[in-house]
Amino acid sequence: MAAISSDNRGLRLVMRYTVLTLIAIIFVFPLVFMVMSSFKPDLQLLRDTSSIRAFLPVGDISLNNYFDAFDRAPVGLFVFNSVLVTGLTVLFSLFLCSMAAFSFAFLEWKGRNILLSIVIATLIVPFETIAIPLLLMVSKLPWIGFEGFSVGWLNTYRVQIIPWIADGLTIFLFVQYFKDLPRDLIEASRVEGASWWQIYTKVVMPLSGPVLATAAILKFLVMYNQYLWPLIVVQEETYRPVMVGLGYFFQLNTAWGEIMAYLTIITVPVLAFYLVLQRAFIASIASTGVKG
Amino acid sequence: MASKLTTSNRAGWGFALPGFGLLALFIVVPFFFAFFLSLTNQRLISPNPTEYVGLENYRDLLSISVLTIEPERDDAGIIIRDANGQPEYPRVRSFTRNNPDFPQYDGMREWFRWHSGDNAKVVVATDVVFWKSLRNTLMFVLVVAPVQGALALGLALLINQRLRGINIYRAIYFMPVVVSIVVVSLLWRFLYAEEGLLNNILQTLSFGMFEGRDWLGDPDTALGAIKAMSIWQAVGFHMVIWLSGLQTISPTLYEASSIEGASKWQTFRYVTWPGLRNTAVLVLIVITMQAFALFAQIDVMTNGGPLDSTTTVVFQAVERGYGKQDISGGSTISVILFLIVLSISLIQRYLTRER
Repeated sequence: MAAISSDNRGLRLVMRYTVLTLIAIIFVFPLVFMVMSSFKPDLQLLRDTSSIRAFLPVGDISLNNYFDAFDRAPVGLFVFNSVLVTGLTVLFSLFLCSMAAFSFAFLEWKGRNILLSIVIATLIVPFETIAIPLLLMVSKLPWIGFEGFSVGWLNTYRVQIIPWIADGLTIFLFVQYFKDLPRDLIEASRVEGASWWQIYTKVVMPLSGPVLATAAILKFLVMYNQYLWPLIVVQEETYRPVMVGLGYFFQLNTAWGEIMAYLTIITVPVLAFYLVLQRAFIASIASTGVKG
Repeated sequence: MASKLTTSNRAGWGFALPGFGLLALFIVVPFFFAFFLSLTNQRLISPNPTEYVGLENYRDLLSISVLTIEPERDDAGIIIRDANGQPEYPRVRSFTRNNPDFPQYDGMREWFRWHSGDNAKVVVATDVVFWKSLRNTLMFVLVVAPVQGALALGLALLINQRLRGINIYRAIYFMPVVVSIVVVSLLWRFLYAEEGLLNNILQTLSFGMFEGRDWLGDPDTALGAIKAMSIWQAVGFHMVIWLSGLQTISPTLYEASSIEGASKWQTFRYVTWPGLRNTAVLVLIVITMQAFALFAQIDVMTNGGPLDSTTTVVFQAVERGYGKQDISGGSTISVILFLIVLSISLIQRYLTRER
């Protein structure tokens, strides 16, 4: 009897791993195909789709698709634009949203509850429903820069950055986190005569590693993967981010191998980043679901 | 508890204002602006001043009606039939183009029709494409929300077992979530192509029985193909939310149910599922909101075609507001979309409320 049941357990274990692995294949096969195809000339790429070779680095393997992709479009510039816009937005967002949340969580002031309710209410407004009126708004917004006074934000970096700095979810995440910090700490610092700015920079921020990571990862994913907004506010190549550039690249009647190379260039760094920080990524998504 | 120590209007506003100001300017203002613009004839660039037009935009979008058409009869009152014995009908245009007897149908077009007895019932709308986009979006949400939610729960239960290396599987299932939907759409365009990977895999698996088809080029399969891909991309996201819900359920409840000798299904039904109630509401609302926002997949894969079979509400809002520079038309669609999303999340909350 004992032998049978342990056999059963072994069999069930094998079954479990088989199921898990089959599902895993469903999730990775398109991505493996993408990376492998990026090294193959078009003719072979198409021929390979009819066999397992589609997922293997076999045949005529080279980096030619990558060179061709860079020749065809300023892929490097698109990547630079995306990294710049994403990086700056994440930085400003962490700073301003944590400041606002700090005020909501620790300070008593007139209007606090109303403002916080407005912040929470924005959570149910999908960006897609404000994109068009926002487009009209930014086309008429003034700006004072090094070149002097100008009107209209279309075709700039700022139109991709500034509207995305503050959002309800980021502020909300910080507020939730700050509420769990010991209030005694804040009040003790106040008694000792620390200014609010000192408490924010010296007491609260050093304790906020986890929520900063969460907010940064969520913002990073949103910003790097932006499509709709830059599509409608950026027409000039100079300011074009990767995802919009991808659309244009595709319309140039490009060979599939080159497209796979472009896709790999813009995807694999993010995937690598994700695999290294896997726990933090998953924790940050999970934390969006803590409160309904 | 208001304490002297933490009360400060100046510091409070000072810290909150930069972030809140941006949020107000770029989310709250355009939100109300959308309602205002939907009552005007605003265009992105126009030499003419903007005018208030009342509810005209809504009327143009939403006007819909059923037209009953009697078959053509000859002088003796006998129905004229074609070679197949089907009655012949006057053309819809004769009712909707400058017909003084039917001013209410003026400018409308046929959406679809069915037959009742010898009469034909024709659904006519001023803006058929918008109605199609509304139907497609609803079909998308109605399939994707429950299927994706259920699959994500299944995956979460699978991942929630204690097995060596389970975290690797969790990481893999989640992987498509960090890949941009634009990248995924373009990649799947190739998978779905007539000579593409999917047809080849299906052909191999069915030993050549399956004949390849152009998944995105066929109005019958295009939206379904986009649904499947969207679920593939996002299911890991909701798996993680279910997982965090699962982990809030106290292990002692599971111990108790195993002592009571509950079956797996009973444990799920009476321990796991009740514990997931709040998570379920959240998952459904989040998926629904994401599904209503369907845009990038359409823009990259089909551009709304073939025959408007994949056009969606957001796609129409962008095509008009940005493509045709018709800001007021795009804003009107945006407002309608928001009202739908709002009412659906209210309904979902009501149906799943604590009793």
